[in-house]
Parts: sequence; C-alpha cells; structure tokens
Amino acid sequence: MAGKTLYDKIWESHSVGVLPTGQTQLFIGLHLIHEITTAPAFDMLREKGMDVAFLERTFATVDHIVPTDIRTRPFLDPEAEELTQALEKNVKQFGVEFFGLDSMNQGIVHVIGPQLGLTQPGMTLACGDSHTSTHGAFGTLAFGIGTSQVRDVLATQTLAMDKLKVRRINVNGALGTGVYAKDVILSIIRKLGVSGGKGFAYEYGGAVIDRMNMEERMTVCNMSIEGGALVGYVNPDQTTFDYLKGRRYVPSGAAFDRAVNYWKSVASDSAAKYDDVINMEGKDIEPTVTWGINPGQSVGISERLPIPDEYADPDGARKAYEHMGWQPGAPILGTPIDVAFIGSCTNSRMTDFRAAAKIAKGRKVKPGIRALVVPGSAEVKKLAEQEGLHEIFQEAGFQWREAGCSMCLAMNPDKLNGREICASSSNRNFIGRQGSPQGRTLLMSPAMVAAAALNGKVVDVRQYE
Amino acid sequence: MTEIVKIVKVSGTAMPMRGNDIDTDRVIPARYLKEVTFARMGDYPFFDERFDASGKKKDHPFNDPEYRGASVLFVNKNFGCGSSREHAPQALYRFGIKVIVGESFAAIFAGNCTMMGLPTVTATHDEVALMMKTVEENPKTKFTVDIERKTISFDDKRIAIDLPETYRSALTSGCWDSTALLRANLDQVKKTASKLPYIGGFAD
Repeated sequence: MAGKTLYDKIWESHSVGVLPTGQTQLFIGLHLIHEITTAPAFDMLREKGMDVAFLERTFATVDHIVPTDIRTRPFLDPEAEELTQALEKNVKQFGVEFFGLDSMNQGIVHVIGPQLGLTQPGMTLACGDSHTSTHGAFGTLAFGIGTSQVRDVLATQTLAMDKLKVRRINVNGALGTGVYAKDVILSIIRKLGVSGGKGFAYEYGGAVIDRMNMEERMTVCNMSIEGGALVGYVNPDQTTFDYLKGRRYVPSGAAFDRAVNYWKSVASDSAAKYDDVINMEGKDIEPTVTWGINPGQSVGISERLPIPDEYADPDGARKAYEHMGWQPGAPILGTPIDVAFIGSCTNSRMTDFRAAAKIAKGRKVKPGIRALVVPGSAEVKKLAEQEGLHEIFQEAGFQWREAGCSMCLAMNPDKLNGREICASSSNRNFIGRQGSPQGRTLLMSPAMVAAAALNGKVVDVRQYE
Repeated sequence: MTEIVKIVKVSGTAMPMRGNDIDTDRVIPARYLKEVTFARMGDYPFFDERFDASGKKKDHPFNDPEYRGASVLFVNKNFGCGSSREHAPQALYRFGIKVIVGESFAAIFAGNCTMMGLPTVTATHDEVALMMKTVEENPKTKFTVDIERKTISFDDKRIAIDLPETYRSALTSGCWDSTALLRANLDQVKKTASKLPYIGGFAD
C-alpha cells in the first residue's frame, strides 16, 4: 500500500463528512483572527443569532492597521480607530481571547501563533489572511480564508473544502553564504510561477529545508500563496519539537511526550505518493531580488533583467517594465532605492533581525534613505532589545518600531510616497501594495535589505559575509 | 435568515479586464479595507488605476460608459491572486458584476466569489480572447452564462465553460452560503474534534 502524505493524514482525521455539494466539511483546530477581515463576519453571526462554536480554539490580535510609531489611543487615523474598536467590541461580546495592543503577546498573527505554541503539528488552522500558510512550517495544514469563511469557522469551526493535490519540492544540498530562506522561496516561485501551485499543497523538503530553523521554514511556507499554493508545509521533526517545548500553549511533562508521538505520526510516510515532485539544488540559488510587479518576477543578484520577448509571459514583463521604469537587460545590481523595510510576516523574527544586524553593525545607512526595522511581535521586540539588536540598527540609522504589519501593505501610516523604490523583506511587490499607486517594491532577504540601505542601492550582500 | 438563491444562469452585457495575474491589491487598494462593512465597496474596484491623484478619471474599462451596466467580466490568467481580502469580490459584485469568465483564477479568490454567489468560470485562452474582442467591438453584445449546463452563449455562438463540480453544485442548488449546511452537522463536528488528541490537550 502506498504511504500517505501529511496532507492526507490531517485531511482524513479532520474530515467531518461530505456535504451535499460534494465538498468535505473539514474541522479547523485553530482559528486566528485579526481586525481586518472579521468585522462583517461577526455582523453576520449577530444577524443570524449565532455564537462562536469553539471559543477555546479561537484567538485574536491586532496587527494590520496598528501604527508602529505612536500607538496612543485614539489612533490618529479615525478609520483605524473605528476598526480596532469594532474588533475589541466583537471579541468582548463573543468572549474570544484577545491579545490587544497592551498585551505582551500582541503582534502579527503569523508571528504570535507559533511563538505562543498555539500552532502545532498535525492541526488544521485557518485565518482570514492569505499568509496563513506560514504556520505550515510546523506540519500544520494552514488555510488563508476570506470573510465568509471566517464566518463559517466562527459559527461551526469547520470549512467546506475541496481536497488538493500534493507537490513535493526538494531543495537539495546546501545554500551558499549570504543565501537565505527568502532566496529559496523566491527561487521556487520564480521556477514554478505565481500560479504554478494552483490546486496543490506544497510540501517542502530536502537537506536545505531539513537544516533550516523554524523561523526560516516559516519564511518559506509564508510565501506559498505567492506561488499559487493555498497550503505549504514542512514535515515536523526534532527541530520542530525543540522549538515548541516550553511554549505557553504546548503541553508539558508526559503530555508533551504524547504530543511528540502524535506529531511524529502525522509526518509524510517515506513511501508517500506525491502528485508531483520537483528537485532544486541549494548551490544554484543566489541572493534573489524581484524586479517586477509579482513575486515570480525575480532574478539572481548576478543576473540581468529579462528581455520581454524572451520571457515566459512577455505581456506581463512589459506591464512590469511600464510600472517599474527599468531598462530590459540592465543589471539588477546597482538599482537605486529610497526606502528600506525589514519586517512583515515573512521576515520579522529574530533570525531575520540577527542576519540584518550582522550587516548593519558598525555601518551607516546612506543619508537620504528612510530605513525601518519593524518587529513581528511585542515578544520579538523584547528579545531583540535584550540582545541589543535595536541599538545596532539605531546606531546605523534605522528606525526601530513597535510590532505590526507596517509597510508590507499600507493599512497603517507606514507607506511609500510617489515613485519611491523600496528594498523590502515583505512578500508582495504588487502595484500600489506599499501605499503609493506609483511606488515600487523590490523583494529580497532582510540581510539584502540591510545591505541596500547602507549603499542606497541594490548590492550583493555576500560582499559583507 | 438567508433565503435560498439558486444561481443557474446569468445574462447581461459584458466588460473586458485584460492582463494576467491581476492581484486583489489592484482590485481593491488596502486602504479601503479599513471600512467596517462591505457596504461602500462597489465604489472602489480598481480605484488607483481608474483615477489619478486629483480624482480625475483615467482610461479604464471600469470607467468606460460603453460598459456601464455590465454583469459579465472577462479576465485572463490567475485573476484575483494575492491577498485573501473578500473586499475584492465584494467590490466587483457591488459594482454590478454577477459572473466572472476567465482563463484561470487564484484559489482563495475563486472560493470567496463562490461563497457570495458570484460564479467564476473558465474558458480557454483563445475563447476568452474571442469574447474580449467581441465585447470590445460591440459592447452591447448580450452574453448568457449557464452554470447548470456549463455554457456561455452570445450572438450565434455557444462555448463550453468549466468550473469545479463542487462549486457548480453549490451555486445551482443554492447552497453557496455554506454556514447553514455546516452548522447542521455540529454534533458530528464535536465528535470529530473529540477524536483529535490536541483538542483534549494530549491528556492521558
């Protein structure tokens, strides 16, 4: 008998039954909510006189809209204040556990779930945010959902879903110096395309992934959705168990041992059958930078920008050049920047800050460059300050902020202006994503952002390593 | 309570929105997600490409008076990629779009659309190109999308369309608003949950 994947096993154990539509009703083990996509869902619940079905499996925080500089209430932006108050009212009325602005557990929803040990292997998880795939790093089936689905999870702790196929992506060998998890996932998306993952769950493996710590795996899984895959995951292993041990919502003592046994049992069998298998070599991956308007439009730092007619999607390339204003065939190296942003659910954890601080230490941000470092959670902020990373950044000329989504998505005061070009550790380079319809985003690793900030242009971080 | 609305057929004039990989940030810029309800979303689709900084209208299908009143939207590949914001389909729906026909759709977007009763159906590259050309040449062309039979008809033509069988079933049976379906099985849900070791905190 063919072995099973982690996806198969969790799907089976969480299936409630088959609906008349043919979809599977899938139990959701953990529901994380935030201020942006939930207000209409709670309204619908009130309208229908329903309560939250599994309160003990539901947790809330605020992240997208919160200012990262001045957080005194009411917020300067009345809309942000209103939406935050709506969440505060909803969690109070329905009784949902809430990590608000004054909580040491506040932060980006995809940073705090793992940090608190809420996210665990062998679980299904949903959140009204496409980057929910982040939690897959733990061997969790984590789904980004819309507001109507948030309503369904609140009302029933289940979702109506269709089963996906599974694509195994092996990243073999080892990464070179100066090459990070971000470069790995950007390379995967470049290779398979921004819609290549449609209909698939991505299972990441191979020696490069095996060697990664949990924060690096989160970076990889985070951007699965940018490759079109609704779900991305890594099989749980000793690295996973060591990370989880002792965290607030993780059982201790004999219960921890039982948990580990369960977590081991959900990993894909060695004889598991995949719908597709892709192999990549770590040594082929360079520090990678996006040049266009979707995360698949990237090049290695030593490469030149593509010629539209030679590109897989010539019209897509032309549209990108029209917005970005580069010359086809030019090197990406030396592209000027105006803003440097280190943060977001992709890259705002200790591993990211240590890598960036190593580059920034004892050096200065080029005058005229606006540079921000924004922790993913209040906890990350505290830990970074205990290590003195904030001083390294501040001495170099970076601003050190409070936890939140910040400049990733322009729902708070951190935004690009006009045609500014931003070297960004976030996940999307879509037109207008960072708050200016004319703004331009170059996605790269946190270390590459730090190096770009020092030079006022895109450089190869390996010159510092 | 929500009444059962079966979505079997959608008819009307159409509009084209050309380009692959049109993301939901383009469909609705994030600043509009700060609104507490979806009520005004119909004012905002593609806002930043329809208006310049001073609010002046730019050339855009969503501004074109020729396409006013269109209920069928033609798109290319991977439409709706990126953010899971349901504000994007809400914006299109409230603008007047009642069915989207494209080469392919991003997964979360298609799911969101279906759950609000907005079908997303696919046709081949060449067929979408033909229909876009048809509507550009004659914006008054009336299209009829038959979700039940999986066809789209216009002029004297009939083209096969596709959509996942589960979506077709949900739309045509009126079960696209799934809460009631799911809620009916709450006892079974609790039973499934009770078998999962983490629900009990891995108690012995």
